[in-house]
Amino acid sequence: MPTEWTVRAITRAMLPVLLVLTLVELGSGLVLGSFEAQLLRYPSLLVLVPVTIGTAGNLGSVLAARLSTSFHLGTLSFSPRDDELAGNAVATLALAVTVFPVIGAGAWAATFLVSGDTSLALRTVVIVALSSGISLAVLAVLVTFSATYVAYRFGLDPDDVVIPVVTNVCDVLGVLVLFGVAQVLV
Amino acid sequence: MTVRDVAVEAYKEALPALTASLVGGLIAGVVLGGMRAELRAVPGLLVLVPALLATRGNVYGSLGARIATALHQGLIEPRVTGGDERLRAAATAALANGVLTSTFAAVVAYFLLTFLGSRVAPLPILVGVAIVAGLLSGIVLTVVVVSVVFAGYRRGRNPDTIVGPVVTTTGDVFGILFLLIAVRTVLAVAGVF
Repeated sequence: MPTEWTVRAITRAMLPVLLVLTLVELGSGLVLGSFEAQLLRYPSLLVLVPVTIGTAGNLGSVLAARLSTSFHLGTLSFSPRDDELAGNAVATLALAVTVFPVIGAGAWAATFLVSGDTSLALRTVVIVALSSGISLAVLAVLVTFSATYVAYRFGLDPDDVVIPVVTNVCDVLGVLVLFGVAQVLV
Repeated sequence: MTVRDVAVEAYKEALPALTASLVGGLIAGVVLGGMRAELRAVPGLLVLVPALLATRGNVYGSLGARIATALHQGLIEPRVTGGDERLRAAATAALANGVLTSTFAAVVAYFLLTFLGSRVAPLPILVGVAIVAGLLSGIVLTVVVVSVVFAGYRRGRNPDTIVGPVVTTTGDVFGILFLLIAVRTVLAVAGVF
């Protein structure tokens, strides 16, 4: 089942997925473009964008890579009682609760240091980051489990399919969740 | 292993790398914030940013995951000999796919924004930026991914946990940095003609 290691075979497995994901990412780019005015008004939100998207993608990709290797080693079953699945889900949520408050504080501090801007309070930015992080962790777990399961059902190599799908969906969700949360809390 | 064991192991493995990538993400954010002049000079570039950054993550994340799985299965050795055909093919495919996808993103963004009636830079400018940024960041990321995964594996780390955060961090920082370099280069060349 793993893809043969030639330029042709790897390209044939990857390029269609990459092109579709690019279209999805351009959608996320348009959303970002439509919020440009709000981002420029609150620079700490702008700094929060890449790090929130990146961390959401990381949570998903670490999870996807672990599941992919378990899958290749044959230790993964798709039962809801599977300890491997449950343990990884718990870890993802715990990681989000650990890092997102730091992300919020870091974005606020970086903005303050670079531009002296305090248009949003430290507390507000931390709460925005943490709320986004918890929502994104839950979404990342759901998306990763579904994508790995679909790859397994269709006989695809999860290395080629799951990580790109998960990272991109988390990117787009990152933009959407951050702005959903910002609309409510800012 | 119980749920708790799995969770504790996964948490401990991922935390240091996630923390490192957090710093990278903040740096990328600050660089992006300082790039406002270029974003204004090339309308449509902001819309391209998520697609270009994601392509770096996708292509080189997959390269890293492929190498990690192959290490686990004993298909490749954790050292760069230059003569390893599989490794060379995987790296070449990554670079080609990265540049092709970036170009595709630029072309689609151009037509999408034209269709929506938004202001957009000329097609050759957007495509030029995408190709230059894709090539430069691709070369650097291939070197980074292969060295970090091999070094981590030789030190007994699980390469699976290293790949994602390393690629996202270096992908974001180098992605935005080379995007800045590419925009300046293309604008300078366009200014000459």
